[in-house]
Formats: sequence, structure tokens, C-alpha cells
Amino acid sequence: MRYLPLNEIDRAQMREVIGVADIDELFADVPGETLNPSLNLPDHQGEFQVETILGEMAAKNRAAGAGPFFVGAGAYKHHVPATVDHIIQRSEFLTSYTPYQPEIAQGTLQYLFEFQTQVAALTGMDVANASMYDGSTACAEAALMAKRITKRSRVVMSGGLHPHYASVTRTNSELIGDDVIFAPSSPDGQEDILDFIDEETSCVIVQTPDIFGNVRDLTPVAEAAHEKGALLIAVVTEIVSLGALKSPGEMGADIVVAEGQSIGVSLNYGGPYVGLFATRQKYVRQMPGRLCGETMDAAGQRGFVLTLSTREQHIRRDKATSNICTNSGLCALAFTVHMSLLGGTGLRQLATLNHEAACDAADAFSAIDGVELVNTSFFNEFTLRLPRNAEEVVEDLAQRNIIAGVPGGRLWPDEEEMANLLIVATTECVTSQHIEAFAAALKEVL
Amino acid sequence: MSMNNQGRPTRPETDDMTNSETFTGNRALQIEEPLIFEGGDMDGTGVDLPKPKGSGNRLGGLERQSNINLPGLAEPEAMRHFVRLSQKNYAIDMGPFPLGSCTMKHNPRLNEKMARLPGFGDIHPLQPVSTVQGALELIDTLATWLKELTGMPAVAMSPKAGAHGELCGMMAIRAALEARGEADTRTRVLAPESAHGTNPATAAQCGFKVDSIPADASGRVDLDAFREKLGPDVAGIMVTNPNTCGLFERDIRAIADAVHEAGGYFYCDGANFNAITGKVRPGDLGIDAMHINLHKTFSTPHGGGGPGSGPTVLSEALAPFAPIPYVVSGKDGFELVEKRTQDEGQSFGRMTAFHGQMGMFVRALSYMLSHGGDGLRQAAEDAVLNANYVLARLKTEMTPAFEGTCMHEALFDDRFLADSGVDTLDFAKAMIDEGYHPMTMYFPLVVHGAMLIEPTESEAKQELDRFCDALLSLAKEAKAGKVGKFKAAPVHAPRRRLDETGAARKPVLRWTPPVSDAASLAAE
Amino acid sequence: MTLKFTEDHEWVKVDGDVAIIGITPHAAEQLGDVVFVELPDTGKTFSQNDDMAVVESVKAASDVYAPISGEILEVNNDIVEAPEKVNEDPAGAAWFVKIKPSDLSELDKLMDEAAYKEFIG
Repeated sequence: MRYLPLNEIDRAQMREVIGVADIDELFADVPGETLNPSLNLPDHQGEFQVETILGEMAAKNRAAGAGPFFVGAGAYKHHVPATVDHIIQRSEFLTSYTPYQPEIAQGTLQYLFEFQTQVAALTGMDVANASMYDGSTACAEAALMAKRITKRSRVVMSGGLHPHYASVTRTNSELIGDDVIFAPSSPDGQEDILDFIDEETSCVIVQTPDIFGNVRDLTPVAEAAHEKGALLIAVVTEIVSLGALKSPGEMGADIVVAEGQSIGVSLNYGGPYVGLFATRQKYVRQMPGRLCGETMDAAGQRGFVLTLSTREQHIRRDKATSNICTNSGLCALAFTVHMSLLGGTGLRQLATLNHEAACDAADAFSAIDGVELVNTSFFNEFTLRLPRNAEEVVEDLAQRNIIAGVPGGRLWPDEEEMANLLIVATTECVTSQHIEAFAAALKEVL
Repeated sequence: MSMNNQGRPTRPETDDMTNSETFTGNRALQIEEPLIFEGGDMDGTGVDLPKPKGSGNRLGGLERQSNINLPGLAEPEAMRHFVRLSQKNYAIDMGPFPLGSCTMKHNPRLNEKMARLPGFGDIHPLQPVSTVQGALELIDTLATWLKELTGMPAVAMSPKAGAHGELCGMMAIRAALEARGEADTRTRVLAPESAHGTNPATAAQCGFKVDSIPADASGRVDLDAFREKLGPDVAGIMVTNPNTCGLFERDIRAIADAVHEAGGYFYCDGANFNAITGKVRPGDLGIDAMHINLHKTFSTPHGGGGPGSGPTVLSEALAPFAPIPYVVSGKDGFELVEKRTQDEGQSFGRMTAFHGQMGMFVRALSYMLSHGGDGLRQAAEDAVLNANYVLARLKTEMTPAFEGTCMHEALFDDRFLADSGVDTLDFAKAMIDEGYHPMTMYFPLVVHGAMLIEPTESEAKQELDRFCDALLSLAKEAKAGKVGKFKAAPVHAPRRRLDETGAARKPVLRWTPPVSDAASLAAE
Repeated sequence: MTLKFTEDHEWVKVDGDVAIIGITPHAAEQLGDVVFVELPDTGKTFSQNDDMAVVESVKAASDVYAPISGEILEVNNDIVEAPEKVNEDPAGAAWFVKIKPSDLSELDKLMDEAAYKEFIG
């Protein structure tokens, strides 16, 4: 078999050195009646056969790049430069492990240091970690971190927070007995979140742009939270927005968590992605996840190591800040490479293109009879109120090869008033032809 | 004859190494590389984007005013930067990476190719289910393989990594206890002293108290001590099998029976499932939940520390509490259950925004299809054979922590270094100079100066022989008192030993512009 | 003035109404290079054996327990600023906290210097 280098002669020689006649002697501790079960699985196959099987499955899916595509809500179809995929497939990055031996892992460590610097700069924060699994799990971890810092047990979540992020955070916080309070969803971005913050509140979690696409001013929330001794956790699900928008750090956030997929990482049907996690210097020891730091080697040369590990599970065990062990290393590399190509200048241009596409699309779609634009502000995503159930409209448009967006019923299955909402995202991959095709088809199906 | 005495000398003229310092600090193929921020063009960009039209601003008055201050490199600069960095890394594609319990096996490139098919890599988690039937089919097929290999009735696919899978399993246990009305009384979780740190950390994250079980003299759970710790307040036990000493817990069924009898659940840490894939099904041993690290057992790349993927198999007792979303087969194809419905109301909720690590699912299934049931069993046998071969060859100079054979990893302690002045760390660093990534060291904690070697099935016999010869030679040198060499090691790596104390005392976690630059940036 | 030791390697020196608490040279040596110290707020009260402070090296994080009950009067910010002082002078300048003891009889449960020396072998 192509991945197994030993042959029968090797195996026989090795058994002799070990002193066993049969391989199963090495499995002697396994209860005998359970050893070597019969498996209802096919035998090994060649590359071509495997490619055929998987290729047939892949062919049943409508790829984002195969036509007009307007789906966002936490993951975005952006162009990824060819360089990115080449670099992340280099053996030395792809097939290395967590940098436990820093002398022979400076490549990984240096890009992690660069990644941390880029994330801190984008979010406007002091420090960032070496990444989390994704934005939603980073959000849940941020709530736990706020509890450690404030020693309080009430989490307040904005109604504009991605409902899946809210539910991941609730799953984690309720486990340790915390109260979780949801502000009601308001598609136009106007909500009275300040009313929910009190002296028991550990943190208030607000997303910008919010799930409906509204750009949110976090400054008043930060002030209100700080007045009550609570922390503001800012959530960004579309990191490209920070090329156009004021950073959460500038607006007073204490922790910023974000989904980094938009920079360098493919859609991948939901994962792997890369969670970004940044905070103020004073909270660094309460952070979850890996951190890379600068130091010197024995010869006085600059180098990098994993540091502040005593926060982590392998040392602190049941008192660790989190059970997280891996980060999202290779996706963090993809982010770093793409960001190194873009630079601040490229990111600003990219953000502008995204925003202009959204302005064009919002104008075109809201001009259709019965279609209403819900937002007063937006970046590259906005919400339409349709005259009929948006899930049905999405299906009808999919029949016409237009993947229209995320219907409200998908994200809020129990909330009737959301059923006619359609969340539409536009990136630099959306052309004016796509917008025209969408508008024409939408007129037909309404 | 015509004579041409022009041209270059064709033999080396000296082997004098005394003037080996270089002006640049580079050493031929090892090239020093600054951070991208040091000298990169802060106004530049390495992407060509269409010109904006200058239309529209609906940003609500929240435009970014501040500079982002990140350089953009032209493609050739970026390529060089990252390629030079890559050359400072060791990798499984270069040689053995014997990190015990981390399982660095070969990552087939077919897997990479398959994951990049647009039908897998370029689909969105929230596009209509009717347009991603092949993706759901892939998830369902992988789930079927995992259930067949583990002998378990259900599998939760959403956990993003092994530790996340542990969280999934322990959350399911907690939800099951809540359904029984015993969540408030069953608060203690038992875990062996040799457990990986994620086990106690996970239990704590689920609100449980952790109670350690000692190991017996053979390196396994002390069954009597374990039984004594059982009681009406026990929620369950977390056991790694094969355990972190590389040994199969031969009393596993007695452990399962005892914990069930006491009303608790059995979480099995599947980090070492690669040792027994196709040889024994955990479901036949009485477990209730187990995560599977797709990046260990099923060859998805470790990528410098992630992404992982940790599908978690569940018993009948825990299956109703599985997280959302999950795939079901309906009359019109596959469906995705994304909310807690009336009948499915017991799910403990959502663990992550979407459906787990699809990119890793494709790679793992590609690996499974390539091996087949027969090849997976062969892979486990070869992994165990390789580890025992290393154990047999090294025990002449090094000291195995326990008597007898092992499973997929061979554990040594530091007795063979006693009084040599060389410790486990020095020994590991000397391996670097020999061209090998060191084994896992100082873990498990129950063994003094532990060295845990896991060769995996990917190593050829010849490669193992070279590796063993190198370690035997090092062990002899250590015993012969060549302490200086070990204390100085590594000397041939891109960096010498690094000062971790300094890094932790005054943490520098990001690049900051030199003061003069910072002033001019602020003035802009 | 009384000097006593715990099995968890804290020392406590009682002088009138004030008890000074630190970790022993043996503990500092076992920890290795100390890189971080976290101290409680003044005014906080602790019972004997409560987690009171944290001391970290690169490879280990340890809780420091209150050897006796009392209220924190003062903490030593010098060791927060320069954790290496814990390695340099654990028995002296690198004290952790000063507390106002609430029950001096608790001292009877602790070891004297000779007993501690024997305890650590």
C-alpha cells in the first residue's frame, strides 16, 4: 500500500528483533474476543479510484465561484492570491507540528509573531494570540475570560450578534453556571443594549458590522460597560471591514474576537477557519490560547518562542484559562501571507471595493417593488425585507443558479418576524453582471 | 596539443573552518530573515485591485481614520520571505518526527488535492442545502466510517479539534446527568495522573471537579484505587486508551463496568486511536464517548499546530445530547438539522458557528478510502511494530519506563542518564544536531525525565535503523561524560537554545515600530 | 518574633500585629526562574490554607496558600515588577504579603525551622 513503507521481509525481521512470532502478540492486552473485529468497509484503492469517488461528491455541490453568489453571515467569498496556497502547501509549514522545539521551528514562530502583530494592528488592540479555532469559539472564550477578569457571572449579548455565535457562547457559559442575557434582535441596528448592563455584568458582547450588516458605534457601549465595571467584547465576523471602519480598539473594546477567514482562507463549508483574539496588555495573562514571544538565543541572536504557557492546559491543567491545545496554525499562516501581500493600503482598497459593490447591490435590489432595505448603514452586507418567505425565494433563485444570501428562517428558525428577511453579502468577487442577474431573477420570483 | 589552463579549480583546497563567520549572518542555504515590518513598504501593496469608482458611503460615519501601518509586499518579496522562514522549520517530509502521542505521520498529497476541489473548498456553510448535497454526503460517509471503526452508534462531527471533542463528550455527559436530574450531585470526574492536560482542563471547563487516579506499577490505571474513588458524586471517568505511557489499559472493561455500575459515564480520550484502528472497536470495550483526532489517526496535516478536527463518537446513552448541527438522511436527500426541534430537544446546543472542519473531513476520508479497512488495520499494526522495534533496539542503552512491549509509542525515563550530567532536555537538543526532531519530553508527568517516542507506520525500517543508531550513539556519548556537547546543543540549528525565562518575564508579543518611526507615523 | 513554615513551603514571620509571608528558598529553587507573581488586593481576608497568591516559572504555576488567617495589610509590588527577586532573596526582600492575623493559635499547627529543614530533607 502506497503510504506504508514496510514490506513483509521488514516485518518478519522486526518481529524477530522484538521477539514475537505474530503481530497480535503485541496486542495481547486487548481483550481477546474484541480483537480483529470484522469491518464492513471496502478494501484499499488507488489514487484514481479515490479521486473518482470524491470528485463525484464534489461535483454535486454548487461552488461559490460558479456563478452569482451573495452568501455571507460569518463566512465570505473573497479572492485568495495564488501565492497563499503555494506557501501553505510547503512541506515545512504543512507537515510541521506545534513549535515545541523552537530551535527548529523558527519559521512557524516568526510567522505567528507576524500574525499577532497584524491582528493587533487591524483590531486596534495591544496584543493578539496565535489564533483560535474560529470566530464563534473565540467569542465563547472571550466571555469566559471576562468572567475571570471581572469575577462576575452575567453575559449580555447584543441582538445583532450572529445567532450561532450567541448560541456557542451560551453553551459554554451556561455550563459553568453563568447567566446569559440576550437583547432582542433589531434588524435596523437600533437597540437599547445599554439598559441590560448592570453591576453584575461581566461583559457585553456586540458585533460590528452586526448580523444584519449594520455598522455599530461601540463607543457608547464601551463607556456604559466600563462605568459598571464590565468589559466590552467586540465581535467582527468580516475582518475585511476593518480596512474601512474604525477599529474596535479605537472605540474602547477590551477584547476583540473575529473570524479571520476572509483573509487568505477558503470557504471550506464552514471550516477550518481562523479565530482572531486580541486584548489590552493588562489582560494578557488571562488570555486563552497560544502566544508567541520574542527572545534571544544562547548566541545572542533574536528568536521566537511560545511563551506565557503557564496559562495553558499542559501546565495549569484544571486551572488553565482554556482547554484549547491546537491553534489554527496553517490558516493563521494563510492569513499572514495574504495580509503581507495586501498591506494596510491593499486592505483599504479591498474594503472600498466591497463596500461599493454593496452600495450598488442595495440600490438595485431595494428599487424592486415590495423589497425594502432594512439598514441605515452597512459595509459589504445588508438585509432586505421581502414580500414573501425568504427561504422559498432563496430556493427559487438557486434554481436559476443564483445563490442569493442567507434567509432569516435559517438563522432564527423560531422567529416568525425574521422569515421574510434576506441577508445579502457582496465582495470584490461580485460583478455588476451578478447584481443585474440577481435583480432580474428576484423580480421574476417575487 | 592545445592547452587551455583557464577556468576554476575543481578540488577543494582547504578544510580550515576557523574563518566561518559570515558578513550577513547567513549560512549558505540558511538565510536570516527580518520581520515583514522591518523595511517593508508601509504604503505598498502586492495585490492589483480594480480602481474604486468613488461611489457611495453608507458606513454610518464610522470610517477608519487611523493608519493600519502594515506593509504590503510585492509577490517576489513575499515569496522569498515565507520560503526563507519555511527553511527554518523541521517537518515530517524531511525526516522522522517522533513526538509521542502527537502522531506525526505522513500527510498524503492526494488529500490536499481533494480538499481543494471547488465542490469542497469553495462552498459556503449557509448556502441552500439543496446546493451542497455532495458535501453532506461526504460528512455522512465519513461518519459511517468512524462509527464502523469505533463500533459506536453515533458521532458528533462539529468539534474543531481534539480538545474541542473532549469538551463535546463532557458536555454530552453533563447534559445526560441534567436529564437524569443528577447534574448537581455528580460533580466529580476521575482522570489518571498520566492524563494529558486537556482532560482536567476540559472537565473544569464543564464545571466538574477533577480527582486524580494513581497509576499502578505497570503504568496503567490502578484498578483498586479507582474503585475506591467511585461514589454517588462521580460523573464519569476520562481515560486515554492506549494510554500516554503507550500501553493498552488491559482492565478497560472492568473500568467501564465499574463506572457504569456507579452511575457514571466513560469518556475515552482517543488521542491514541491510531494504535488500534481496525484492531479493536472502543464500542466493544464499554465506552460512552471518544474524540478522534483526524490529524493524528487519519493523516490530516498538523500545519504547525492546527487546524485539528475532533469528531466525537457517542454511545446510545449520550447520542440524544449530541450538538447541533448534524446531518440526517431524508426522503429527498440529505438534510441538515440546525436547531433543537421538539423531538430532538435534548441536544446540548451548538459548539461552533458551522459544521466542523469540512476541509479536514475531505482529507480524512481520502485517507480512509485509500487505505480501506484492510489498510487501516495494517497501518495500526505497522505503527505498533515500529514502536516495538525502536523499543527493542534502544533498550540496550536507554531505560524503558515499564517492562514488556508497548503499543504505538515507546516510553523511556532518564535513568540511563543518571549521574551523567546530561538531562532529558540536553539529550533532546543533541538529537536536533543529528538531524532529528526530538521525541515528546517530560510527558507523561508520571515518569521522571520522560522521553516518549512514536515513530508511526510512516517510517521505513532503514529510516528507523538510522534513527536508532543515532540515539544509541548519543546515549553512549552521554554516559561517556561528553556533557559539554549536550549542554551546548543544538549548535547546527537555525538558532541555539532560546531564553524562555526572558521571554516570559518581559513578554514582547508583537512588533512595534522603533521610536523615531513611531513619532513620524503619529505625525502623519 | 516567631518564624514558622508550612508543608507547602510558605514561611510566616509574626511580629506583634503583623505577619509577613513569603515562600521558602527551597520552593524558589524547585520552581526555577520565577517569571510572574500575582498578589491579592489589600484589605482582602483569607482563611488558613486559602489560595492567596500565584507564583509562576516558565514550566510551572503554583498557588501560594495563606499559612494563617487574616487580612492583607500590604503587598510587595517589587516582586510583581521584578519577579526574579523571588529567586534572589525569597527569605528576605522578596516577601509576598503582610497580613493582620486573626487567630495566632493557628501558628501551632505549623513547623518551626528545624522541623521544616527535616521535612524537606
